[in-house]
Amino acid sequence: MSEKIVYERPKSWVKDVHTHYCPGCTHGIVHRIICETIDELGIQEITTGIAPVGCAAMMYNYIDIDYIEAPHGRAPAVATGFKRVRPDRLIFTYQGDGDLASIGAAEIVHAANRSENITVIFINNAIYGMTGGQMAPTTLIGQKTTTTKDGRDPQKAGYPMRMCEMLKTLEGPAYIERVSAAKPAHLPSLKRAIKKAFQNQIDNKGFSLVEVLSTCPTNWGMSPLKSCDWVVESMIPYYPLGLFKDFE
Amino acid sequence: MGRVLMKGTEAIAEAAIQAGCKHFFGYPITPQNEIPEYMSKRLFEVGGVYLQAESEVAASNMILGGGSTGEPVMTSSSSPGVSLMAEAISYMAGQETPVVIVNVMRAGPGLGGILPAQGDYSQATGGMAHGDFKLIVLAPSTVQESVDMMQKAFNLAQKYRNPVVMICDGVIGQIMEAVEIPEGNPENLSNPVDWACGYMKERGKRTILHSLILDPEELESHNKHLEAKWKRIKEKETDCETYKTEDAEVVISAFGTVARIARSVVDKLRAEGFKVGLIRPLLVSPFPEKEFEGLISTCKHILDVEMNWGQMKKDVESAVKYRIPVSFFGHTGGICPTVSEIEREVRKIFTELG
Amino acid sequence: MAKGRVEILEEYCKSCSLCIEACPKNVLAISETINPKGYRPVTDVNSEDCIGCGMCAMRCPEAAIKVFKEK
Repeated sequence: MSEKIVYERPKSWVKDVHTHYCPGCTHGIVHRIICETIDELGIQEITTGIAPVGCAAMMYNYIDIDYIEAPHGRAPAVATGFKRVRPDRLIFTYQGDGDLASIGAAEIVHAANRSENITVIFINNAIYGMTGGQMAPTTLIGQKTTTTKDGRDPQKAGYPMRMCEMLKTLEGPAYIERVSAAKPAHLPSLKRAIKKAFQNQIDNKGFSLVEVLSTCPTNWGMSPLKSCDWVVESMIPYYPLGLFKDFE
Repeated sequence: MGRVLMKGTEAIAEAAIQAGCKHFFGYPITPQNEIPEYMSKRLFEVGGVYLQAESEVAASNMILGGGSTGEPVMTSSSSPGVSLMAEAISYMAGQETPVVIVNVMRAGPGLGGILPAQGDYSQATGGMAHGDFKLIVLAPSTVQESVDMMQKAFNLAQKYRNPVVMICDGVIGQIMEAVEIPEGNPENLSNPVDWACGYMKERGKRTILHSLILDPEELESHNKHLEAKWKRIKEKETDCETYKTEDAEVVISAFGTVARIARSVVDKLRAEGFKVGLIRPLLVSPFPEKEFEGLISTCKHILDVEMNWGQMKKDVESAVKYRIPVSFFGHTGGICPTVSEIEREVRKIFTELG
Repeated sequence: MAKGRVEILEEYCKSCSLCIEACPKNVLAISETINPKGYRPVTDVNSEDCIGCGMCAMRCPEAAIKVFKEK
């Protein structure tokens, strides 16, 4: 029979590389979708990525574009500097929950407030992955981590932070949406949102942020499939999916 | 432009623009607020970008991003704000990002005072942050010199792909002097297509600007590359002024405004027959060891004068191979040593020398 | 005759099983073989039921699945 290709590795996925991510880690899904977006929009040669500090610190090994490494949390400031000097190029940050919501809290708020014409992809897996499973600002109440061994207690450690809800109160941002990488049914929205966040930058619409509820099977102590279920059962009720801000 | 009367901070800002810098990212802090203020108006006149960052942490990261394009970028701050830049500076040294940072020094430690000091010498010449690396550090002593050094700073940053710091004590920032600011930068040493982000098509392949290298041998190899670069900088880029040191028995070592004051002391005492001279590094990093070594045969004593606890003193001692005794006189707190105070110290030394 | 076909890039598979859950036709299962990294890669045990929807590939974090469909 004559066949057509429905799905293959994206062109901008680095050839012959094995990722260092844990089995089932949703970083791979988001990276792959970023590559698909870059291929579909034809922007490989004009896009620069900013690598965070976290499990995705070496994401430049997987996505074949220019890259700048940023100190922990500072990616929105690095992106701002880059974009102000080269507005004719595209830039995106890719940040975990520690990077964006903890050490980088000031930088993300101000980049959003200035409506910097950048794309931010926020990977929220409610834990610090790379450093071995400590509490994140987005860790849920009662969730056990290596620094909240009895479960997160708001009296001691404060409450989980809803970044989309906070940033939407600012006038600056053009587009804020929360999606998930956990279940097959979530993936079309994830792709649509990431593509929109890049298209917005091409169209000079201003600050775009996509929060992606993600898994961390290793530090949650669950299988990949169970982790995906946990996102649905425990994370989505606290971090509802949806559109928070849209310039359109 | 001709000769104009300008405040130091504003002259530095204009000089940066004339040197080709069209992008400034900074945060207000006394005593250099005139730099962001001047930039906020003037840059838009020349089609550039002024951005007031949310903090010095952010500003230092903005120049990391902006510098990664290969275009000349800068920030400015004063001592407490410069401390906040330490993290980004280490990353920029590791990633070899060409940027210029102006530090208009104030008295410390901590929030300290707002009057002039030279208390950030050790910070700047020591690299300012974690890991093995060095910064090129310029130390002007007049407003005209700051202006001339701005062009040099951008050129050195681009030539070596290294962060460059210019340390001015607060006096230079705040006084008004007649200056001539050279228009345009005759040397443009950046080759962004070779290494910068945003040139994937022109280069034919991508670039990754990173300092994370987990393999120890690879990281050592990178460190050796940075060391070799520093060796080249040391060989080619020292700059030091010696004033009446050929037969001087006592030499004053100083940098910045203090050197200017010390020069008056030299002139006054020479008129009375004292064999005194002045040695003044214009770049304090790399330190001008050769010029100091040149004093060993004739000089009997060096008086190091600074507005700090004596931060350059140890570099002076090391540079003269501990063969000339070095003593220190200085002030902290934002106080400038006066001509008569330095003169008194030098006379004491001559008395002791007999 | 199957409408679709999958090709598993076995060396990249980490046996996470996300694709197995994604497949609406139960085409995939963990195989008995072991790849050079020590994982048991997935395989298309019921290949005749494949409709070429691509859901498995869309979910794979390692981009280890190629999907074909008859024209």
